[in-house]
Amino acid sequence: MTETLEYSPYPPIDPINFDLIIVGTGLSESIISAAASAVGKTILHLDPNPFYGSHFASLSFEDLISHLNSPPKYITATATATTDNSDYTTVNLIQQTIFSDAEFNSCNSIEESQFLRENSRKFNLDLAGPRALFSADKTIDLLLKSGAAQYLEFKGIDASLVYNTNEGLVNVPDSRGAIFRDKNLSLKEKNQLMKFFKLVQQHLGGNEDEKISEEDMESSFVSYLEKLGLPSKIKAILLYAIAMVDFDQENGGVCKDLLKTKDGIDRLAQYSSSVGRYPNAPGALLYPIYGEGELPQAFCRRAAVKGCIYVLRMPVISLLIDKVTGSYKGVRLSSGQDLYSHELILDPSFTIPSTPSLSPKDFSLQMLSHVDIKGMVARGICITRSSIKPDVSNCSVVYPPRSLYPDQVTSVRALQIGIESCC
Amino acid sequence: MHGRPRKPLKEEDESVLSAKAEKLHSLQSQFLANHQNRIYTKEALDLSAKLLEINPECYTAWNYRKLAVQHNLSESNSDSDASLFDQELKVVENALKKNFKSYGAWHHRKWVLSKGHSSIDNELRLLNDFQKADARNFHAWNYRRFVTALMKISDEDELKYTEKVIGVNFSNYSAWHNRSVLLSTLFKRKAEGFSHKEKVLQEEYKYVHSAIFTDSDDQSGWFYHLWLIDQTVKNDAPLLVSSWPSHGANITLNGNNSLHGSGLSLLNSTLSDTKTLPVILCFNQAVEGVNSSTVVVKSELLKEDLVWKPLSTNNSSTAQVWVVYLNMGNMKLQLSKTYSIEINIGHSMGILSSNGYHYGAPSQITFEVCVQTAYTEPVDGQRGKLTSWKDNDFRKIDHFEESNPAVSADHHIPTTSNWCMEAIDEEITNFQDLSDCKIRKLTLARLLIALDLLSPQHDKRKNHTEEVLKLYTELMKLDPTHSLYYKDEHSLLLLQQITSSRESLIPYCHYYKDASETNTSYVCLRLQNLSLSRMGSFENLLWVQMLDLSHNELRSIEGLEAMQLLSCLNLSHNKFGSFTALGPLRLLKSLKVLNISCNELGSHSIDTRRYLCSSPLAHSEVFAWDRFEILCGSYSATKFWEAFLIFESLNLTDLNIAGNAVADENFASFIVKVLPTLKLLNDEEL
Repeated sequence: MTETLEYSPYPPIDPINFDLIIVGTGLSESIISAAASAVGKTILHLDPNPFYGSHFASLSFEDLISHLNSPPKYITATATATTDNSDYTTVNLIQQTIFSDAEFNSCNSIEESQFLRENSRKFNLDLAGPRALFSADKTIDLLLKSGAAQYLEFKGIDASLVYNTNEGLVNVPDSRGAIFRDKNLSLKEKNQLMKFFKLVQQHLGGNEDEKISEEDMESSFVSYLEKLGLPSKIKAILLYAIAMVDFDQENGGVCKDLLKTKDGIDRLAQYSSSVGRYPNAPGALLYPIYGEGELPQAFCRRAAVKGCIYVLRMPVISLLIDKVTGSYKGVRLSSGQDLYSHELILDPSFTIPSTPSLSPKDFSLQMLSHVDIKGMVARGICITRSSIKPDVSNCSVVYPPRSLYPDQVTSVRALQIGIESCC
Repeated sequence: MHGRPRKPLKEEDESVLSAKAEKLHSLQSQFLANHQNRIYTKEALDLSAKLLEINPECYTAWNYRKLAVQHNLSESNSDSDASLFDQELKVVENALKKNFKSYGAWHHRKWVLSKGHSSIDNELRLLNDFQKADARNFHAWNYRRFVTALMKISDEDELKYTEKVIGVNFSNYSAWHNRSVLLSTLFKRKAEGFSHKEKVLQEEYKYVHSAIFTDSDDQSGWFYHLWLIDQTVKNDAPLLVSSWPSHGANITLNGNNSLHGSGLSLLNSTLSDTKTLPVILCFNQAVEGVNSSTVVVKSELLKEDLVWKPLSTNNSSTAQVWVVYLNMGNMKLQLSKTYSIEINIGHSMGILSSNGYHYGAPSQITFEVCVQTAYTEPVDGQRGKLTSWKDNDFRKIDHFEESNPAVSADHHIPTTSNWCMEAIDEEITNFQDLSDCKIRKLTLARLLIALDLLSPQHDKRKNHTEEVLKLYTELMKLDPTHSLYYKDEHSLLLLQQITSSRESLIPYCHYYKDASETNTSYVCLRLQNLSLSRMGSFENLLWVQMLDLSHNELRSIEGLEAMQLLSCLNLSHNKFGSFTALGPLRLLKSLKVLNISCNELGSHSIDTRRYLCSSPLAHSEVFAWDRFEILCGSYSATKFWEAFLIFESLNLTDLNIAGNAVADENFASFIVKVLPTLKLLNDEEL
């Protein structure tokens, strides 16, 4: 990042020995940091960016643009790097951006861009989110248990919408009341859907003779739903809008990620216990009031209270490897300072070049040389003039596979967050 | 508020409870002292407020506060009046917080508000709080109706409110019920947007379907649906469904006072009692206001105004069946002359249904009366004959002597638009989709009955009675807890089927052969062994003089009072558990022969149906205590007072009560005294 050079250099960090050094303030790193500091470890938590959250960050409109526009950085160790301590070899770290490409479409009219610029400080945009949480999600329990929840405020996602080709966007009939109010389901469909919910409730109720058979639990969820004779409209609602399955489950078994019935039931259970868990959040989902970036930040604050040291704008350029054992000893900062710890946690965007200097004994370091890309996700952020659905400002929208175009193999999910509480 | 299990008391709670009781006791005695001495000071009022906060059920305390308000009002100015009432509202609110199901508290609040000194703006907020805590609480809903009327909130707005509440949770019978109440008034005053009842009902059907189909195990929607069916089928205006004599009938009066004749059909009846001729009007619902100006009887025979009597077992002024007795004995009728009688019903306003609708279509009945033999005083001892109910005393009827239908067909429902039938038809189709549950079966049965009721006369052949009877039979097995209800419905429908046409009725009609008079016989309707648990279809049976209902499962004979011509009745081998269940007999003035042997009279120490029946202790009863006490003499009186109430006004000549727990020797000697006309008791001559 070019900006880093503009910041005045830090005084050297003191002390220089830690139990744990964590690089990157993403959600997982922050949780680990909070957990480790809670049990009394000495921790140094670093982030090369001037903000918390790594790619979980929520940024203002301008910050987001400039962040995405900055060229992918390959931090190379400068030749001037001190190599006076001959006990260690240094292995340079390579940091990759988490996105392969970013594209911007600006608004059409001058007034609109003017309007956007004037209001750009009134909202944050999630860098790689958005991440809404189920009210009954374990993360919520973790937030409460760790005490991080005291730094957070949530708002409820009031409506869950699902798209279908015939009716457009409709409310997800996700509860007894919602099924009753639903205007798009036929009477028979209402009956079938509610019956299925009751079946799941009975299954979860724990009465042995009302449980779904073991065989059905191990089969794929979609085939179980088919076995129950549920029509495709209901199946789509259950699979993609409630169980939130990513990939098309019905495309003749070519799906690589078929959901099993037992997992489907778990997801349904989570969804239904989310609805109405908090009286002021009528829907199933919650969203941090100032954006996803609040989540890692809350954990970081929790860790800081317990003594974790935070240094932002501090890239790590290389790892220090013990010459004799070939194992990890510490990190070298871009400021040139060397710091030592027993353990190191790196943000997943870091890799190290595969070099023969690495000891074959240290498997974990070798792992770092792999770049394992499982798949890519296309994300988009739209700033809209009006709501996708009148009268609703915060809502989640699911476009099930094949609902938008025949070759659509995944669900497309969107989260609309109204500006009124996004400062 | 619903479905919370009660926890058993713990030991430590008991000491707390007894301390609480102590405190309550002392408060109560102090309060009563204040009440007796008419002390209405601030301290005394505070004490009663404290008491009510702990125990809102203390009705006396509410009354005391009302007295106190009245007392303090008279000596203060209007400014402090308002604060006086506000104080009352506060006390009520606190009491309701303790127990918001307290009748006394809600009533006190209504009392305060109806005085008109306090602001009502606060009431909706209070209601919202209570309805949030328990959305179904009917006290709150009752109060809501009171407040909205006071605040002049429109019924339309309230209808929207019910929609909101139902939208949150549709298992709220109170909200559905309020909807039906609101719609009823909107329909009645033909409010804007509600003048087309059909359109509104159509929307309501759609609305309630959502509830029923979403959760068919929830009953609240079904109840509302039932109301909708009723609204679709029901004719608001009262109508005459049948009469005796029916239109065009020829009545022969046979003066020798013996029960015989060939009077099977409605049209050509022979009556043995020439002294009085009953005229019976049977309406489709209970009505009031039947009198000589609303029902005009024209005949050369008549000299005086007629007094119509409602046939009701609880002395109410409304009844479904009304009767007048034409006193023929005074009329010096000429033998073999035919007199014509014309009855005009509803040509002037006044006949009203219980919900305020006027009589629908004015109608006219004419019939003829002719006297065959002159009236002679019965010779003493002549009636000592046994009325046998044995099978070989009856003879099947092969054919009718007249071609006229035995059953009047004039009780069709006029002006039913096609829409009603279409609506019911559509409902039936809808419910065919729904998975099978007991309430679906029941609703289907009700819909099919409604459909049959609406279909035009010529379509009656294609009715669904068999199907519905089958549904009820299935329901009895499926839902044993309510099997008595299904059995009642089954019985009523079966009777309707039997009495619906002449052809269906003939197999149940028999000539009764009097053993001694072989050449005369009269017709008995024999409905034994049909597993009937209830009697019905009286509108088709007004002509019956001899009725055999033995070997059924009857527990009640509600409505039997309509059969004013009945002189012989067999109720043996049924399940009558108390004399009170026989209440309708008191209105059968012609009844001479009664067989109630082999029932369960006296077997049940507690009559669980008592609340439905009249009791000697009820205010509505005129109980002849003097006579009762004289008759009872030495033995325990109260044991027989129910029997006394039933038999006291009857003129039975033949009673069989054997085979009942109650019928011991004491009872026999008692009943003989109650019924001086009795010639035969338990088949033995007296």
